[in-house]
Amino acid sequence: MPVTFSVNGTPRTVDVPADMPLLWVLRDVLDLKGTKFGCGAAQCGACTVHLNGAATRSCVLPVAAVQGAKVTTIEGLSPDGTHPLQQAWKELDVPQCGYCQAGQLMSASALLATTPKPTDAQIDAAMNGNLCRCATYLRIREGIHRAAGNARTTSNVGTGR
Amino acid sequence: MTPQTLDRRDFLRISAVAGGGLLLGTWLNFGSNGVLEAAELSGDFAPNAFIRISPTGAVTILSKSPEIGQGVKTSLPMLIAEELDVEFSAVTIENAMNNQALYGRQSAGGSTSTPNNWEPLRRAGAAGRQMMIAAAAQQWSVPVAECTTSPGVVHHRGSNRQATYGSLTAIAATLTAPNLATVVLKKPSEFRIIGKSIGGVDNDKVVTGKPLFGIDVTMPGMLYATFEKCAVFGGKAVSANLDEIKAQPGVKHAFIVAGGADLTGLVSGVAIVADTWWAAKTARQKLRVTWDEGATAAESSVSYAAKAAEYFAQTPQRSVRADGDVAAAMTAAAKTVEATYEYPFLAHATLEPQNCTARVTDAGVEIWAPTQNPESGRQLVAKTLGIPDTTIAIHITRSGGGFGRRLFNDFMAEAAWIAKTAGAPVKLLWTREDDMQHDFYRSAGFHKLSGAVDANGKLTAWKNHFVTFGTGTTVAAGADMGATEFPAASVANYSLGSSLIPFGVPTGYLRAPGSNAISFVVQSFIDELAHAGKTDPLKFRLDMLAQMPTETPRGSMVASRMRDVLQLVATRSGWGTRRMAKGTGMGIAFHFSHRGYFAEVVEAAVSKAGQLTVKKVWVVGDVGSHIINPSGALNQVEGSVLDGISEAMAQEITIERGRAKQSNFNNFPLIRMSQAPAVDVHFHLSDNPPTGMGEPALPPVIPALCGAIFAATGKRIRSLPLSKHNLSWA
Repeated sequence: MPVTFSVNGTPRTVDVPADMPLLWVLRDVLDLKGTKFGCGAAQCGACTVHLNGAATRSCVLPVAAVQGAKVTTIEGLSPDGTHPLQQAWKELDVPQCGYCQAGQLMSASALLATTPKPTDAQIDAAMNGNLCRCATYLRIREGIHRAAGNARTTSNVGTGR
Repeated sequence: MTPQTLDRRDFLRISAVAGGGLLLGTWLNFGSNGVLEAAELSGDFAPNAFIRISPTGAVTILSKSPEIGQGVKTSLPMLIAEELDVEFSAVTIENAMNNQALYGRQSAGGSTSTPNNWEPLRRAGAAGRQMMIAAAAQQWSVPVAECTTSPGVVHHRGSNRQATYGSLTAIAATLTAPNLATVVLKKPSEFRIIGKSIGGVDNDKVVTGKPLFGIDVTMPGMLYATFEKCAVFGGKAVSANLDEIKAQPGVKHAFIVAGGADLTGLVSGVAIVADTWWAAKTARQKLRVTWDEGATAAESSVSYAAKAAEYFAQTPQRSVRADGDVAAAMTAAAKTVEATYEYPFLAHATLEPQNCTARVTDAGVEIWAPTQNPESGRQLVAKTLGIPDTTIAIHITRSGGGFGRRLFNDFMAEAAWIAKTAGAPVKLLWTREDDMQHDFYRSAGFHKLSGAVDANGKLTAWKNHFVTFGTGTTVAAGADMGATEFPAASVANYSLGSSLIPFGVPTGYLRAPGSNAISFVVQSFIDELAHAGKTDPLKFRLDMLAQMPTETPRGSMVASRMRDVLQLVATRSGWGTRRMAKGTGMGIAFHFSHRGYFAEVVEAAVSKAGQLTVKKVWVVGDVGSHIINPSGALNQVEGSVLDGISEAMAQEITIERGRAKQSNFNNFPLIRMSQAPAVDVHFHLSDNPPTGMGEPALPPVIPALCGAIFAATGKRIRSLPLSKHNLSWA
């Protein structure tokens, strides 16, 4: 079934089974490998993308549901990797294995788009659906504060490369 | 890329290369071609397998070991760059292919990367720098001793001359190379890179979503596979509705794999190969397999517990260690304590599910895999396909977590077999359910303990009947407790005996294997004895450490190092000096593993309804004289501590009818951001060689948390997970 939607600002048409999750369309049809598969059940958040600006788990979203929609993936978060969150992630050396971080960044950027100066509680609420098996949560929270320009005293974090 | 015959030398080797350039190859302790061939073709200068310097001055450093999130792709090249004397930010880091002849041991396990490479990789870098200096000295006709370097440049101060490394590559290639054993290393006071926080070298790619991981590998003509194994460990596929599966949209192949009896290799199942992974997985929903479930179908966690109770009523099957006279000490004691502890099987749950891409041709096999143990995988593929290992090349991709799961390469054997059968390159990808139900689990275990304290509240006897798993007299992987394991040697009357439950569940190595369970048992029971003796848990532990001999067998715990970190963590956390609110408490524990000394304090609060808040964790660790990359090291400690809390809270793999009951993160929960406490980390530098960071910070957090729960509630935790004790996250 042909489905047309926008991916990172470019209109794309794919002809795939209607129930194929957006995740697999992105990864295996459009060759955008940044969005990750973790659980296939909206349990871990590794597959998070923006659907019309809202953080959405793409592993359980049939592609038919995105007809006409605007999808943004980690590859489209910024043209050159300079979104404040991407910069903060590097400055604070957030990633360990890095596998969940695309999903973390997409959830965090959706949060900042609606809540430019989030509190710890707002961050926790927005990010609790994103698992990090390496448990980089402390730096993720710090990174969101930094990208938001919130005044913080940081510790236990490194300087980026 | 095929590994060649070993050519072990301790000397640099120099040879002319095509294109007018020259090549220097040091074979270190290793020897082969591989990367050197690549350097030869490009005309670059390669002082050894780890370093390439182009005539333009561009420096490439090869990272030998698998990067699984533990940070070695950053920290190991830092060692080379330090002694080579180059700007780290200007260096290109590439992951080496598997080639142990060239690079030495290439595995990510046992927190060994740092201790094994701390000196050899610095020597490799120093050899490169020494050759650059020698080349400049020859060019300028000045003594070598008058030359110095700044990053990427050789200087002769007397004549105010300088030359870039790139400009010296041609001359360097004509020189006699230094003996690696005698190259001069920097004094620690001269370090510019070691000890500096440097972000992960792949961070740019991670935050922009570039392909990096095994799951991201793709190639022309590649097909996608899913592989269904019997839910019962060791079960065999007898028949399946293959014709129906082959008729599903996108499916190219469907076949039964006979497999073998070794659960770490290729086991029986049904492979479905399709033009997309989604098509393969969709077809799998229609798959109907007749299984021969085998003997393990009769096993369960309940049956194991019953067996343990039966064993506890008997004498241990074997004695691991027996010191003094435990029975007499028990009789003479002022107070004795008995308790039974147990812990469940655990899954690794790497966030990137197991996967592997394989291309099998007449010429050989090429594998792309997120693996912690590539050479072992190569041997497994050779055995599985019945081909010589020399025809197999393994590309080591970044791994989306490891935690010990990827020490086994079952997925590699599967991908190779399926690709060979399908006659096309294949990417095999497991579902999360496959991953959780076909793991090499952290072994469950049962401990029947008794201990004695004297009238002064000091420990006088300790006895442990440890019921674990195994076949015959062979203890299952990751399920043992050794004779030197603490509290051995800290109490005169000590006995450790063990009994083995035969079973069919595959076990393996989960981050800090053994220790992640033993620490919970040993340190928690220490708390019970301290309480019985009316002694402060910190003082009780210090008394135990004071009983240990100052000379201990190589590789075992040195009491004074542990005492130091224990006292420091007590000070930093305000142990015994802070007033706790009702329902709040602190716990303290320590553990020695993987050459690392870690003492930790947890502050936790428990509400009347059993809602748990971990408020803060204090960590003091001694991993030697240097922290190579403080940012990475702190990441490892923070991650280990939260990982331990995550395991303790609600993780459990339950065996029912020979299969794992849990299947995804809804029933095998990981810690989430709102549950993560602050972690205060201090590294206590000591005059010892640096050791690894991936594991040793994990074990003590679990008993420290349990101690805090006891202090807050009076409830003693003797089995995990905490969720079984009506505790839940606040």
